[in-house]
Amino acid sequence: MSAPSVPAFCMRLLRRQLVLAVRRPVEIGNPLLFFAMVVALFPLGLGPAPDRLADFAPGILWIIALLSNLLTSDAVFRSDFDDGSLEQLLLSPQPLYFSVFAYVCAHWLVTGLLLALVSPVFALMLNLPVAGIAALFFSLLLGTAVLSLVGGIGAALTVGLKRGGMLISLLILPLYMPVLIFGTAAVKAAVDGAPAGPYLAILGAMLSLAIALAPIATAAGLRISVDA
Amino acid sequence: MYFDSLEALLYMDGHGGFVWAAYAITLVVIVALLIAPRRRQKKLLAQLAGELRRERGAPSHSPTAVEGDTHASGS
Amino acid sequence: MWTFFHKLGSPPWLYGISGSILRYLLPLTLLGLVVGAVWGLLYTSPDFRQGNSYRIIYIHVPSAVVALAGYYVMATAGAVSLIWKMKMADIAMKSCAPIGAALTFVALVTGAIWGKPTWGTWWVWDARITSMLILLFLYLGVIALYEAYDNKEAASKACAVLSLVGTVNIPIIYKSVDWWYSLHQPASIKFTGESTIHPSMLYPLLLMIICFYALFTCALLMNMRSEILSRERRTKWVRKLAAGEGN
Repeated sequence: MSAPSVPAFCMRLLRRQLVLAVRRPVEIGNPLLFFAMVVALFPLGLGPAPDRLADFAPGILWIIALLSNLLTSDAVFRSDFDDGSLEQLLLSPQPLYFSVFAYVCAHWLVTGLLLALVSPVFALMLNLPVAGIAALFFSLLLGTAVLSLVGGIGAALTVGLKRGGMLISLLILPLYMPVLIFGTAAVKAAVDGAPAGPYLAILGAMLSLAIALAPIATAAGLRISVDA
Repeated sequence: MYFDSLEALLYMDGHGGFVWAAYAITLVVIVALLIAPRRRQKKLLAQLAGELRRERGAPSHSPTAVEGDTHASGS
Repeated sequence: MWTFFHKLGSPPWLYGISGSILRYLLPLTLLGLVVGAVWGLLYTSPDFRQGNSYRIIYIHVPSAVVALAGYYVMATAGAVSLIWKMKMADIAMKSCAPIGAALTFVALVTGAIWGKPTWGTWWVWDARITSMLILLFLYLGVIALYEAYDNKEAASKACAVLSLVGTVNIPIIYKSVDWWYSLHQPASIKFTGESTIHPSMLYPLLLMIICFYALFTCALLMNMRSEILSRERRTKWVRKLAAGEGN
């Protein structure tokens, strides 16, 4: 039996990850539920004045998206590390870069993409002007992909550790900051009537850079974690 | 010398507290930076020296006991 | 040339040579720091706008400069240890993190203390301050990751990867924070230009910058020496050394 080609292998990995995720719908729902609950915290903490909430809405929505992405990225490699299939993956002839990319894609599809899809609902709850909603959707779409890629690095470096949960946030939150800056800036620009395009373009540039480099670091991190 | 007296130096036209606090904190950090590795090294060497002394001091007592033990278990 | 690299990989050789370097460099550094501090504190005239509080510049700027440079030293050492599997680079990388974190901390604290009399507030979310804060987080992340691993070899490899990822990110973080600040810049705080610094203030500053670099080197060598001893504790030469020290 010959080894499957790289694209076929990656598609299989991606399908496997998605099937695993769909089998446990609660796990898919958890980040969304988290998103909804934290959105509810802000009016309670800041007061319900609509104009004030609208002012803070881009930042609030982006920070929550960032946190829910962070909380789920810990688990990207965890179960496969525990049952040993990660070791199998490292031994397979396919380049680890692409396999890692498949994992991260699956993570993004079940968190980032869904968050972006439901974000307009929460944006309306926080009184974000309608003009900003399209920018929010597209900035989340691009930005959460960067977050998933960067989060993969942290997940790979901490997957072998017993208490990785808190550590991963310390490692990758500083790396999330540029995405947060440009994501909120895109939404704010759209709300103010300025074009959001340039910010989305910068997010796209970050995404390209992350696609090129992050899987390399993730692959290196996985090798280290499995060897340890 | 810019300042006329010690008091002027300490007071620095009202900014003395800030300036001296900044320098004091820096001094503390620098001293800590330089002392920490030295202390670690001293501790490590002392620990190793202790281990060696125990090993070297031991031959007169415990190794014979260990030898006797292995003999006993062997026979 | 190659023998030099081979020697560089040898712990006893590095331990010995760093000892003899430190014997001269450390007193020189401390002397330089004292001279620079006295020069800056006593023998320069105050800034015409900020008065005497500007004297903090002689520790604030050097610590900030060296803290940033230290990250690149750490990342370079990390890259060397990942690519060529050099044990000493590994030790150097591990030893950089606490020093860099301490210097970043100094830069932040002295900056805050300087900010109070100058801007009337301890903390401003200014581009440079925010970047330094993120740099501190990056350093602390490396330290936390190293401490989390029980297997120290894997720990240093993981830290090397993390510090390299950080290196790619530092310019991006810096640029984006800079840009973010220009977007939100409150009009109430005006920063004085730096080009107006007088030569009489510049020379002690340059001296202090050089001395902080030397200080970083000294602390790095000292940390490396203790780390070498701790990793080589089972070898003959360390035991001999310990026996000599103990008697």
